[in-house]
Amino acid sequence: MLRRLRLAAVLASVLSLAACGSSSSDTAAPASSGGAGKTLTVFAAASLTETFTELGRRFESAHSGTKVTFNFGSSATLAQQITQGAPADVFAAASPATMKTVTDAGLASAPTVFVRNTLQIAVPEDNPAKVGSLKDLTDPKVKVALCAEQVPCGAAAVKALDAAGLKVTPVTLEQDVKATLTKVRLGEVDAALVYRTDVIASGGRVRGIDFPEAAQAVNDYPIAALAEAPAPDLAEQFVDLVLSQQGRDVLTKAGFQAP
Amino acid sequence: MPWPLLVPALAGLAFLVLPLAGLLVRAPWATLPGRLAEPRVLEALRLSLVTATIATAVCLLLGVPLAWLLARTTLPGRRVLRALVTVPLVLPPVVGGVALLLVLGRRGLIGQWLYDAFGVSLPFTTTGVVVAEAFVAMPFLVIAVEGALRAADQRYEEAAATLGASRWTVFRRVTLPMVAPGVLAGAVLCWARALGEFGATITFAGNFPGRTQTMPLAVYLALETDPDAAIVLSLVLLAVSVIVLAGLRDRWVGAA
Repeated sequence: MLRRLRLAAVLASVLSLAACGSSSSDTAAPASSGGAGKTLTVFAAASLTETFTELGRRFESAHSGTKVTFNFGSSATLAQQITQGAPADVFAAASPATMKTVTDAGLASAPTVFVRNTLQIAVPEDNPAKVGSLKDLTDPKVKVALCAEQVPCGAAAVKALDAAGLKVTPVTLEQDVKATLTKVRLGEVDAALVYRTDVIASGGRVRGIDFPEAAQAVNDYPIAALAEAPAPDLAEQFVDLVLSQQGRDVLTKAGFQAP
Repeated sequence: MPWPLLVPALAGLAFLVLPLAGLLVRAPWATLPGRLAEPRVLEALRLSLVTATIATAVCLLLGVPLAWLLARTTLPGRRVLRALVTVPLVLPPVVGGVALLLVLGRRGLIGQWLYDAFGVSLPFTTTGVVVAEAFVAMPFLVIAVEGALRAADQRYEEAAATLGASRWTVFRRVTLPMVAPGVLAGAVLCWARALGEFGATITFAGNFPGRTQTMPLAVYLALETDPDAAIVLSLVLLAVSVIVLAGLRDRWVGAA
């Protein structure tokens, strides 16, 4: 019975995740110009889902009548959407490389690094494969999920494994960090390399194991107001909020590190 | 030709064909040959063709009898059954993938037992890709075959039965040949849907080159960093599917 309940809870959370994933491109509604009901559209890396949702709520209560909508996804996908003309006001990426796609296209200038994130080994609560270190992931009996190299968490994973001189053959290369974490949560893989913040956000459903080589693969998160923002004033104000002490508190509480 | 038909018909055609034109216009023709020769591309294409074909075979094996059940028997609750069969059509494929994980995953309702008894785990395997594709594509086949069965003249079956043929013989010798065009049309639709499957596959089977990375997955990941490569992959998938479908149509369904 308990098991079934837990399954239902996982299903519910995964479904809500899937729902926001599939609707992500539709949520980028153009900001209504002028008038009281202004909309701010923020494109942010999947790993910022919890913290930015919280900051968005604070922003809405500080600016009455303003609505903040988010498009969370892999930074690489978001960068592509922005360069293809998606009406976004702010872009917060999980790596300088994905931000560079946007700045190279002349759509943002002078991004600021606002937090850093490190990797952890995530294992299911009961750790079925008894994973304790990065080296354990090289065991062919251990099923490992990594992010695809094209997305920031995957690039960081490759960097960390290279630094350790280890070769891991994953069973899957997932399209973003949340998808990778879901595979651990459902117990379909024995371990995955994800951000520390994602392990914390899972609320104890997944166990995080630190490893020393993570220090060689720290990800910088840059943020920028976009040049063609439909609501440029709000965009600047939101970036200011993220960079403020209040913003930093929310982010460090979630496990991010100050730059 | 009556214009109330012609105008919307042409608009509909343009609506369907224009995105294809967009791909052709933006394709990086200069670097195309080099990109096509990449082993990654051929690997994904081969995997796509193999899995879509096996998935179609699975759908035929299970879907034709299911369609017969829906069309030819007076099972109680048939209406509910028919609605259930179309569930994968309405379900967002990603949700379908999650549902498959919860049932057939290593800790799923059935998968758990499979894993404990036989050490078999479907996610992250090529078999998993086939399962995901068959799940999403089967309704197309069932609906097509059921429609054909309903349209077929049942008097032939009755005549065969009065001449002493068993129900199995009637199905094999009379019903199946009669609805063959419908079965083929359904199989073609089913194959096409399986070939383009993305959401359920990446969720249930994951993404690993050579094992579970089919063309649509390769396109999606290429789009993250290299849109040109994504366009090339899309063109390959399109060309192959158009050639196969057009070829089959002429041979089996008969040029109309």
